Amino acid sequence: MGFYQAFKLALKSLAANKMRAFLTMLGIIIGVAAVIILVSLMQGLTGEVTSMFSDLGTEVLTVSVQSRGATRTLDDDDFYEFYEENSSLFSYMSPNVTVSGTVKYNNTEYSSSVKGVSEQYMAMEDYTLTDGRFISYADIEGYQKICVIGSYLNRDVYGGSGVGNTIKIAGNKLTIVGVLDEIDDSTEGSGDDIILLPYSTACKIGNTQISSYSFYVSDTNNISYAENVIDNYLYGIFNSEDYYNITNMQSLIDQMEEMIGMMTMVLVGIAGISLLVGGIGIMNIMLVSVTERTREIGIRKSLGARRRDIMSQFVIEAGTTSAVGGAIGIFLGIVIAITLGNVIGINATPTFLAVGVSAGVSIFIGVLFGYLPASKASKLNPIDALRHE
Amino acid sequence: MTPIIDLRNIYKIYQMGDSEVHAADDVSLKIYKGEFVAIVGQSGSGKSTLMNIIGCLDVPTSGKYYLNGEDVSELDDDKQAAIRNKTLGFIFQQYNLIAKLNVLENVELSLLYAGISKAKRNEMAKSALERVGLSDKLKNFPNQLSGGQQQRVSIARALAGNPSIILADEPTGALDSKTSREVLDFLKKLNEEGNTIVLITHDQSIAREAKRIVRIMDGKITYDGDAECAFETR
Repeated sequence: MGFYQAFKLALKSLAANKMRAFLTMLGIIIGVAAVIILVSLMQGLTGEVTSMFSDLGTEVLTVSVQSRGATRTLDDDDFYEFYEENSSLFSYMSPNVTVSGTVKYNNTEYSSSVKGVSEQYMAMEDYTLTDGRFISYADIEGYQKICVIGSYLNRDVYGGSGVGNTIKIAGNKLTIVGVLDEIDDSTEGSGDDIILLPYSTACKIGNTQISSYSFYVSDTNNISYAENVIDNYLYGIFNSEDYYNITNMQSLIDQMEEMIGMMTMVLVGIAGISLLVGGIGIMNIMLVSVTERTREIGIRKSLGARRRDIMSQFVIEAGTTSAVGGAIGIFLGIVIAITLGNVIGINATPTFLAVGVSAGVSIFIGVLFGYLPASKASKLNPIDALRHE
Repeated sequence: MTPIIDLRNIYKIYQMGDSEVHAADDVSLKIYKGEFVAIVGQSGSGKSTLMNIIGCLDVPTSGKYYLNGEDVSELDDDKQAAIRNKTLGFIFQQYNLIAKLNVLENVELSLLYAGISKAKRNEMAKSALERVGLSDKLKNFPNQLSGGQQQRVSIARALAGNPSIILADEPTGALDSKTSREVLDFLKKLNEEGNTIVLITHDQSIAREAKRIVRIMDGKITYDGDAECAFETR
């Protein structure tokens, strides 16, 4: 008997017992749907977290130094010297200074974030200018009281013509020399609500120190190596790891992904138990079906069905049952995953892999758990089977 | 001429608790092509055992069975199945049609297991159904047919693969006298067309329709000969 024949027969007997077929499939349906939903949501979450961290720049190594208590300290000149020595490794470098003073224009206060940076910061962050110019090396050397503003301030405060105007930061009047293109959505508190000034000026007016240094690694494959180079340099100076800290965004992402991956495995494992239970349900109903159809098996055998004919009929029937259940489960899983993803606000579209694996597993389970009943059926003695009422 | 069925000193012994039951006790029987043989006996006489052995549904405890000259006394399950499929056509008392298959599909079943292509199967099954006069019921299901019609379907199923022997086990047992008559006449007609028929029954009046009678009692053949003489002696 051909596969197609057996498949058609199996569909027929499923259709004949709809309620029973549905209950048999329920375990598989729930299991497959649960696996797809969990995998999709977890993948969506991973994607979300990764892109969040990637926005902060995976190519950038951030170095902060707390030299209090150490026998020597490092200033921006030391870091620039180190940067020059390793120019093949790094394409840009910028000290970072966070200024916490108030931002005022025409006696109105703004909560914009104020940052002191180097002239390479624009290239490092891939910024472009709408108007004017960016901070220059000369501005830094000369402690110039100039700044570059984001698109939010330019639009909402200066009506689109910020260049040439002034802004008051921590009591110092700064001249706006440039306006950045929109990088976020130009709202208050977004990435566009920003003021950049020479880091030297920032230190002076904010009465503060350089908080960290950002190194832009030219080749992303070299990030770990670059981290080691910085680490060796700093360790050579401080003879201790306590006075500095290097943040590698990529390793943070890797850790996060590993954690989510482990969580996914655990959850999918739990959902997998449902698949196992579903398989046992199929085995149970197939055993009942073999008993119910003993006479049919006897007839088929008397007409010349070999063991493998009977065997394949029942295995295909079990496989079809679980495959149909798997298909329903996949459909439900996709719909629920996408809906839930929309509700939570992440992209939880199931991957082809998750769907493919679920489909494969559900058929495999049917065949696996159909094997025992099918083997029982195939070994029935035709004489006894024919006499069975 | 080699006989189609050649049973030589067949024993079939069942262990029932401590005692042995000889369901077939030194049975030797030859049946030739074109014969119409009735095997008669009371229930428990061993005629069903004999029919199972002849039908390759069971193997003897000892003795040899040659079917078409081939030794089939010690075959495994699958080889027996292949023999049943090619050389034997069964007609059962309870028709034994599969309820969820239609008439055509039921008749095609043994052809399906013989690995015959779909088109050829269809053609062979249709011609078999034509022979039993059921060409108009191809798509009907067994429960939509009368007992006589169902038995004709099962006859068509037995005929479809052109077997060497048709084995009919109480083919009229579940039918009224009028339809029984039809079925018997049909078997006779098949025999006249050259088919070898072995009929198993407990009913003397039905056995009388055969050309040759083999009477079984306690697993032994007690009479083997003409139908006429079989009943004259009583």
